[in-house]
Amino acid sequence: MQGGRVSGKNRGRFIMEKRTGNWQDLYRKEREEEPKLPEGPILFYNDLVIDHFTNPRNVGEISDSDGYALVGDPSCGDQMKLWIKVKKKKISEIKFRSFGCPGAIATSSMVTQLALGKTIDEAKRLTDDDVISALGGIPENKKHCSLMGINALLAAIADYEEKRGRANPREEEL
Amino acid sequence: MIYLDHNATTPLHPAVFRAMEPYMREQFGNASSSYRLGRSAKSALEASRKSIAGCLGAQPDEIVFTGGGTESDNIAIRGVAHALRSKGNHVITSHIEHHAVLNTCQDLEREGFRVTYLPVDSGGQINPDDVRSHIGAETILITVMLANNETGVIQPLSEVGKIAREEQIIFHTDAVQAVGKIPVDVNELSVDLLSLSGHKFYGPKGVGALYVRRNTPINPPFTGGHHERNIRPGTENVPGIVGLAEALLLATGSLPEVAQKLTGLRQRFEATVLRKINGVQINGRSAPRVHNTSNMSFQSIEGESILLHLDLKGIYASSGSACSTDSPEPSHVLVAMGVPAGTAQGTIRFSLGKDNTDDQIDYVMEALMEITARLREISSVRDK
Repeated sequence: MQGGRVSGKNRGRFIMEKRTGNWQDLYRKEREEEPKLPEGPILFYNDLVIDHFTNPRNVGEISDSDGYALVGDPSCGDQMKLWIKVKKKKISEIKFRSFGCPGAIATSSMVTQLALGKTIDEAKRLTDDDVISALGGIPENKKHCSLMGINALLAAIADYEEKRGRANPREEEL
Repeated sequence: MIYLDHNATTPLHPAVFRAMEPYMREQFGNASSSYRLGRSAKSALEASRKSIAGCLGAQPDEIVFTGGGTESDNIAIRGVAHALRSKGNHVITSHIEHHAVLNTCQDLEREGFRVTYLPVDSGGQINPDDVRSHIGAETILITVMLANNETGVIQPLSEVGKIAREEQIIFHTDAVQAVGKIPVDVNELSVDLLSLSGHKFYGPKGVGALYVRRNTPINPPFTGGHHERNIRPGTENVPGIVGLAEALLLATGSLPEVAQKLTGLRQRFEATVLRKINGVQINGRSAPRVHNTSNMSFQSIEGESILLHLDLKGIYASSGSACSTDSPEPSHVLVAMGVPAGTAQGTIRFSLGKDNTDDQIDYVMEALMEITARLREISSVRDK
């Protein structure tokens, strides 16, 4: 199910293969096979997504953060808080907390992993597609979740830049 | 595996399978065929009809076999609305119906019918007085569910039935989540139509029934042969129908003891959850409920995440809502009960079955304590 486009292509090819030889038996085999997805695949997440969901990276808060953002709303299903520390224009520390579905938690975690150590300019160029491909794909109906993490990151960077602009209008380095 | 999603579906009872088997093997005849093989299928069909009618306090000729609950609801609501269109265009239902009813009513609205959706109180029940106050000269149909699928809350249908009877308005109930769990008698409820589904009480999937009281006007939505009094044409699913009948006999036979067992199991489960986990509310707990359903909202965390953690521990339950691009809204049932959207997002429905044990509930308790602590550690929602 992960990456509807890819599995759609594979499916088409598989059917073509079935049509040669005893394709009826191949259909039967497919029906009787164990599900190939990770154990308990009701939500169709891959192993890496499950890993980031069960063991999210960089969970927590930074009390003396340089940038902070709050995006989303629990009543709409997800919310994220993100804190960053910046040293020499690089994100030296990043922490988050999220309320949301497994997709929201896993993509939040992956956003922090991708952003950590990047320069502010590099981090600004991260997109939701980067998050999805770093996770090896997420279910189609969960793709909007990855936007929350990216939006939180960009908002935290904006907060950092605004604070920095106010505090040290001329200083280039911190 | 611990299966706590019996409102979604139930495993087939072995005795039901045994009853069905001959009709999938040697007794495979078409019940409409006049030769011996067909006659034995017909005889099993009619015996099944009689036993289902007996379980519901109905007459055999009032039972129509269908493909399941959704189909029964569609035939009932569309059938009556279309038959009585010349008499009026107003339908009364509730906000907490299953989508089989809600979406069918919305379809009627697109056809020009006017539909009133009754509110529910915080306990999840409609007020029969509201039914009365909404009845007008144009009202042709009332359709209210017997037990809610998400909360298990039982609606005060006998009172609605009395009102419908007094006002001479056709009354349908979606009893899919009630049949097999509580005693259901069509005359006590004063219903004219009642939908039920086999796989909710250890019967087969893809087969259900619609009770249609004699002389109820109905315009069947399908055309075909003369099966099921023209109401639901199509070759009868004889093995499924035999299974449906056997499942209902078994469920009604064991109802008191299963109800007693599950009442105890749920009572212990809910009391322990409330004692050991902070920030939990049990929705519909103040109202009468079917004995197997427990709808729990966990503050500060989201239902699907709880569900995936449960799944990884081999526990199967269901969440009231699903986060997706299409439907980010929380459960319409909980919203109607006044549960705040943020709280409703963290909802899990546990629906117990006859084979669940005390040990299983203990394991689920342990798992829930661990999962809620873990997700709350990650959660951005800190207040409370």
